[in-house]
Amino acid sequence: MEQQYIDLYTAHHESIKKHSAPAMNGLRDASFAQFEKLGFPTVALENYKYTDLKESLSIDYGLNINRIPIPVNPYDVFKCDVPGIHSYLYFVVNDGFYPVTDPRNTQLPDGVIIGSVKEVAATHPELLKDYFGKLSSTKEDGLIAFNGAFAQDGFFMYVPENVVLDKPVQLVNIMRADVDFMAVSHNVIILEKGAKAQLLVCDHTVDEVRFLSNRVTEVFVAENATYEHYKLENTHNKTTNLSTLLIDQDASSNVLANVITLHNGVTRNMIEIDVDGEHCETSLCGMVIGDKNQQVDNFTSIIHNKPNCNSRELFKYVLDDLAKGAFTGKLYVAKDAQKTAAFQTNRNILLKKTAKMRTKPQLEIYADDVKCSHGATIGSLDETALFYMRQRGISADEARLLLMFAFTNDVIENIRIPALQDRIKMLVEKRLRGELSKCEGCVICQ
Amino acid sequence: MLEIKNLHANINGKEILKGLSLSVNAGEVHAIMGPNGAGKSTLSSVLTGNPAFTVTEGDVTFNGKNLLELAPEDRSREGIFLSFQYPVEIPGVSMVNFMRTAVNEHRKYKNLEPMSASDFLRMQREKKELVEMDNKLANRSVNEGFSGGEKKRNEIFQMAMLDPKLSILDETDSGLDIDALRIVANGVNKLKRPDNASIVITHYQRLLDYIVPDFVHVLYDGRIVKSGGKELALELEERGYDWIKQEVDGK
Amino acid sequence: MSADILQEVTQNDYKYGFTTDIETDIIPIGLSEDVVRLISKKKNEPQWMLDFRLKAYRHWLTMKMPEWAHLNIPEIDYQSIAYYAAPRKNAPKSLDEVDPELIKTFEKLGIPLEERMALSGIAVDAVMDSVSVKTTFKESLGKLGIIFCSFSEAVENHPDLVQKYMSSVVPYTDNFFATLNCAVFSDGSFVYIPKGVRCPMELSTYFRINAINTGQFERTLIIADDDSYVSYLEGCTAPMRDENQLHAAIVEIVAMKNAEVKYSTVQNWYPGDKNGNGGVYNFVTKRGICKGENSKLSWTQVETGSAITWKYPSCILLGDNSSAEFYSVAVTNHHQQADTGTKMLHIGKNTSSHILSKGISAGVSQNSYRGLVKINPAAENARNFSQCDSLLLGDKCGAHTFPYMEVNNDTAIVEHEATTSKINEDQIFYCNQRGISTEDAVGLIVNGYAKDVINKLPMEFAVEAQKLLQITLEGSVG
Ligand SMILES: Nc1ncnc2c1ncn2[C@@H]1O[C@H](COP(=O)(O)OP(=O)(O)O)[C@@H](O)[C@H]1O
Ligand SMILES: [Mg+2]
Repeated sequence: MEQQYIDLYTAHHESIKKHSAPAMNGLRDASFAQFEKLGFPTVALENYKYTDLKESLSIDYGLNINRIPIPVNPYDVFKCDVPGIHSYLYFVVNDGFYPVTDPRNTQLPDGVIIGSVKEVAATHPELLKDYFGKLSSTKEDGLIAFNGAFAQDGFFMYVPENVVLDKPVQLVNIMRADVDFMAVSHNVIILEKGAKAQLLVCDHTVDEVRFLSNRVTEVFVAENATYEHYKLENTHNKTTNLSTLLIDQDASSNVLANVITLHNGVTRNMIEIDVDGEHCETSLCGMVIGDKNQQVDNFTSIIHNKPNCNSRELFKYVLDDLAKGAFTGKLYVAKDAQKTAAFQTNRNILLKKTAKMRTKPQLEIYADDVKCSHGATIGSLDETALFYMRQRGISADEARLLLMFAFTNDVIENIRIPALQDRIKMLVEKRLRGELSKCEGCVICQ
Repeated sequence: MLEIKNLHANINGKEILKGLSLSVNAGEVHAIMGPNGAGKSTLSSVLTGNPAFTVTEGDVTFNGKNLLELAPEDRSREGIFLSFQYPVEIPGVSMVNFMRTAVNEHRKYKNLEPMSASDFLRMQREKKELVEMDNKLANRSVNEGFSGGEKKRNEIFQMAMLDPKLSILDETDSGLDIDALRIVANGVNKLKRPDNASIVITHYQRLLDYIVPDFVHVLYDGRIVKSGGKELALELEERGYDWIKQEVDGK
Repeated sequence: MSADILQEVTQNDYKYGFTTDIETDIIPIGLSEDVVRLISKKKNEPQWMLDFRLKAYRHWLTMKMPEWAHLNIPEIDYQSIAYYAAPRKNAPKSLDEVDPELIKTFEKLGIPLEERMALSGIAVDAVMDSVSVKTTFKESLGKLGIIFCSFSEAVENHPDLVQKYMSSVVPYTDNFFATLNCAVFSDGSFVYIPKGVRCPMELSTYFRINAINTGQFERTLIIADDDSYVSYLEGCTAPMRDENQLHAAIVEIVAMKNAEVKYSTVQNWYPGDKNGNGGVYNFVTKRGICKGENSKLSWTQVETGSAITWKYPSCILLGDNSSAEFYSVAVTNHHQQADTGTKMLHIGKNTSSHILSKGISAGVSQNSYRGLVKINPAAENARNFSQCDSLLLGDKCGAHTFPYMEVNNDTAIVEHEATTSKINEDQIFYCNQRGISTEDAVGLIVNGYAKDVINKLPMEFAVEAQKLLQITLEGSVG
């Protein structure tokens, strides 16, 4: 499986590099060597035990190494108008930054840079030099190595010191192709001291071909900065979504990451948050609603390296039909990270006998003055609550729905943008009712 | 209104109701008393269709319909309300959302349009006053974090909202202090009409000072073993259940 | 009374570190097919047993040591270990024939070899190095049809039972250490409780490594037939030596219909000295199967010893309505490392399991809980509740929790809770204020913390365990 990519790289690394930026090429050969060594991950690896990528990776995907423009006008397909959400709007089509400037984006605060990594590498090489690959290059992971070898572009955001982005930034990933297609991209997000930003990432697929995306996102959150990362996945069931989110937190920073999967094929979200300064706040949460053959694996780590920090982690899964869920929650408290308070919860509901859930919380603690806990449950809907509701005249189906909705509600309540919260509530409710969970007006999610 | 004939029911294979018969007419208040474990709550569960219990024998008709054939929600919509002995906490489901769904499902059953939000709120306000329920409770999740007394009041509030034909109050008095007891009993009395009926399950005569029953039945070992007027309750208060047990077991 | 056990263990040096001067029949170090044959020959084994050993040995050669545990295991040279050592006088017929030094050893350890002296009424099988030296109460148990003897005797006298059940729970291919055990195991205990019999006394095996440079590879097989009951206890110690000693045992339990088996361990192998020199490597495979309906299996362990512990007493819940429990206290101090926990495999319908694990880490030790709860697709209405708590008594130790939950049936309810915290300073202060020293206060608090598990130990064993702990250091340091 690896061989075709090894051959591809060997034959075409020159043009891969040519169509990328020097700042992204620095680590490329090393990443490739790493990929040659590691190959694609298999279930034999502890970290990939619960997601078998064999089938997804056996497809013969096309790659757009020569960066041929994709004929799509995102505005034709994407009409997201969350009432009350005003956002700065950007598109990535497959793995290329879509070059149209949205009129809404002209009022960005001074100094804020949002654009493609490739562009910024040309205009601000110094910015990329310090950050690109800083978090990802140290990871021993075949998918990240693959990304390092093949990613040619990505999304870039820079928020200078003490600048507050007044509106959320919305990044829409659109998968569009006529043949089975692989998109590889590498995003970089930098918040300087005291900066504030909210990013909403929406994943969509347009065509009925098989897609595989391999995206690495590195986020650097400096002292006192606040960063919120929302990810909403609504892709079709022929999509394989391999995403790596690496966040580094400096002192007194505040990070929230909320990843919601409403519809997908095979998804693996690897999320690692390194808490590298004191007095940080970290919230990591997510939800999965899965039916049919959906597979979602949230593989998360929160690494407490410094004292006096708090973290909370909350993941909820509702699985129906043949859906397969997996959750890993590694909580690491280093020797010097005294006074860490870290709490993790993972709750899962199986609606059918055929649905499967694997959960693996994991506490690794080397400091003694800590308060850490985790709780995990796997079960079905509460029968006594169901009966109570039916006694009040609520139909069994409606009662089930109310319970499922209530079950996922605390994840939604972790969204700090009220309009987005309402929107997601609506989407989740639609999803739980078995309706198409696309946003109104948007024609993407067919 | 309600006709129970020779009802047998079990849970996990253990027979609890062993041939229970009872009939309740519109306008009547029936009290059911009996020692712990006699099967009182089982009766209320079986009448409301709790799937944990299995009926093995007997008939129950409610206003001419075969009750045992109906789904729990349809029994509710037909007008049977149970004030649970142990109201269930449902985290995440708000009281308002819960109640509005219930009220509208009842209306749909009667081919009525859903209630407008303002009508619903008005009705909710009225009924809350009836049980002197704190406003803040309505904003919480169903029964979550409610004290014992608050839960019971919440049951009566829901009863007022759903306007049942037959209400079954399962130990609604237990765990209530004297003020709460008076409030709950007042609520029940205000809801009493000639065309509805109640079954009041209780341990103590105390509640019956407030809600005066027309009939008192003693449930023991899965059957009604003695029936009488409200004086029977006083007699039980005085003499306990042992004499009844002896009478029954002696036979 | 049980309250003192942990206190002793956490606060005192190792007391059982003496060796016994007895004549030992020891084979040269090293491992090969010839050694396997030699062991089998020394034990006068039938051909089928030798074949089994060789099959395991050949498989072992293809295996690698597992690396997934949260342990730092130094390279082990399997060629520098002697795989068989036995006190020279073998298989005593009565107590008079037992080497008096040996009796003294076990007396020092508080193990009642002398039946008349056995006030506590526990039947004991004592295993020194490689062989079982003496099993007590054999005859009185025999009257009930209970077989309680050394594994070697069982091979000789009950080959049908041994052949039927040996490695039926832990296959010879199971894991590196279990496979090694299958090849070279020397002795161990065998228990058979016939249909409908409640074993009237606690059965107990006492293990001791004595000879230098030896590994101990014993195996225990317990079969509880329909409607029977047995409670089984296991204790262990070793002398203090600078080098590490290897202990790789297998315990297999089969519980038939309505049978109940309780297995309790107080593991107190030599943990090494304060600087991490020496100590026993305890790599043990323990597994039971609830084969019949309504069967019940319960593991209770108090793990205080060993330099490295690698041990996951597990249950296969095959019979409908079967249930299993795992109660564990694992204490690590100084340089000790423990990676211990359990596996609960739910296969039958209406099965339930309960896990309660309490880890206590002190010094520079590392203490991990690792557990798997797996619900098979056909295991309707399975229930599991797990609670894993860790207590940290210093800022240089580590406490880790690795639970795995794999659920393949929607009627299952699986719950896991875990907490990690440091010892509560308010509680210590409260004790101080009442005049209790900090050291004693820690002891009290730790004991309270572990009480739920200690309480699961049979009373007799708590007494015995206490006796073990009460041996004074005087004269016993070897
Ligand atoms: N879920 C259950 N499983 C088994 N037995 C039950 C269950 N629920 C109730 N019972 C038994 O049924 C009997 C009647 O209980 P219940 O109807 O609650 O009595 P009461 O309300 O009169 O005190 C008691 O013996 C009780 O133990
Ligand atoms: Mg009751």
